[in-house]
Amino acid sequence: MNPYLAGIGLGLVLLASFVLVGRGLGASGAFNSVIAWAVDAVAPAHARNNEFLAGYLGDGSASTLKSWLVFEVIGVFAGAMLSGLLAGRTKVMTEKGPRVSVRARLAMAFAGGMLMAFGAALARGCTSGQALTGGALLNLGSWAFMMMVFAGAYAVAYFVRWQWR
Amino acid sequence: MMAPFFKYGMFGDETSLVVAFLIGIGFGFFLERAGFGSARKLMAQFYLTDLAVFKVMFTAIVTAMLGLTYLAWMGWLDLSLVYLVPTYLAPQVVGGLILGVGFVTGGYCPGTSVAATATGRVDGLVSVLGILVGTFAFAELFPFVKGFYLSGAGEAMTMPRAFGVPYGLVVFAVVLMALAGFYGAGLLEKRLAAGSGE
Repeated sequence: MNPYLAGIGLGLVLLASFVLVGRGLGASGAFNSVIAWAVDAVAPAHARNNEFLAGYLGDGSASTLKSWLVFEVIGVFAGAMLSGLLAGRTKVMTEKGPRVSVRARLAMAFAGGMLMAFGAALARGCTSGQALTGGALLNLGSWAFMMMVFAGAYAVAYFVRWQWR
Repeated sequence: MMAPFFKYGMFGDETSLVVAFLIGIGFGFFLERAGFGSARKLMAQFYLTDLAVFKVMFTAIVTAMLGLTYLAWMGWLDLSLVYLVPTYLAPQVVGGLILGVGFVTGGYCPGTSVAATATGRVDGLVSVLGILVGTFAFAELFPFVKGFYLSGAGEAMTMPRAFGVPYGLVVFAVVLMALAGFYGAGLLEKRLAAGSGE
């Protein structure tokens, strides 16, 4: 799809979220809820004593997974799956350069995921909850965050280029 | 004045979860339509071969921002009821840098790794696993980073308020900046396409 058309579509979804529920989109917050839920299931006292996780646990009257962002991210999965199937783009494969091993590429994907989790947790949001949502709301911290995401990515792009060759 | 509907009690918590799912479907659909279920497409932004990430992101920001501004200006939406993530400048600057490094290392951001997983990308699924492990590690290390995590004013702060300029002026500046960026992105892509054709 034309990037400007896709951008307008994405912007209208974001606007609908603001109008309907008074909040924007997100992704990393859902991962925080999932981890809070998992730690609570294995070691409840440990989860309650952890200040970062405790914020996601609530008062125990409802499941930790019954959170707005968890449902939204399940929707993201469903929506992307729908679009991919309709366009015939769904395929079990690993995105990588032709000369790179699958194992090396997956190691990079895992390392990148771990780093992003730290970045998003520190920043209280990721490219969805901060850059996109906060960008549209002219949120000061979100704009600072967004510029830093681009700065960080461009700064190290050269060093991780090999995985696409 | 009636929006945000949820904040005015037009539907409850249970319904809001249904709305969350539906909004997520729209979000995931357009992420995939934009091509963002593919790490190669996303990473083209950072190797300057295809600037779709910038174009899609800023078109979405401008669309939602103009819509919000219009609805607020007409008095149909109370902007003060829309949730703003509080600004903690230092951890958000450092967090942004780390996320940017992780993004270009792994090939996906958190939202797009979910979209990639949904379309069969194994590296997307592994990125999701990395995020889960990283989130667990962050939580375990939280006592050591708590001081930095909480450094800053921690209040909802918009650029118009921070810089003491009218809201509409910042909206106008963002639109101008985006249009200039789109024009520049087009020129850059054309030049690089011509350069690689030799």
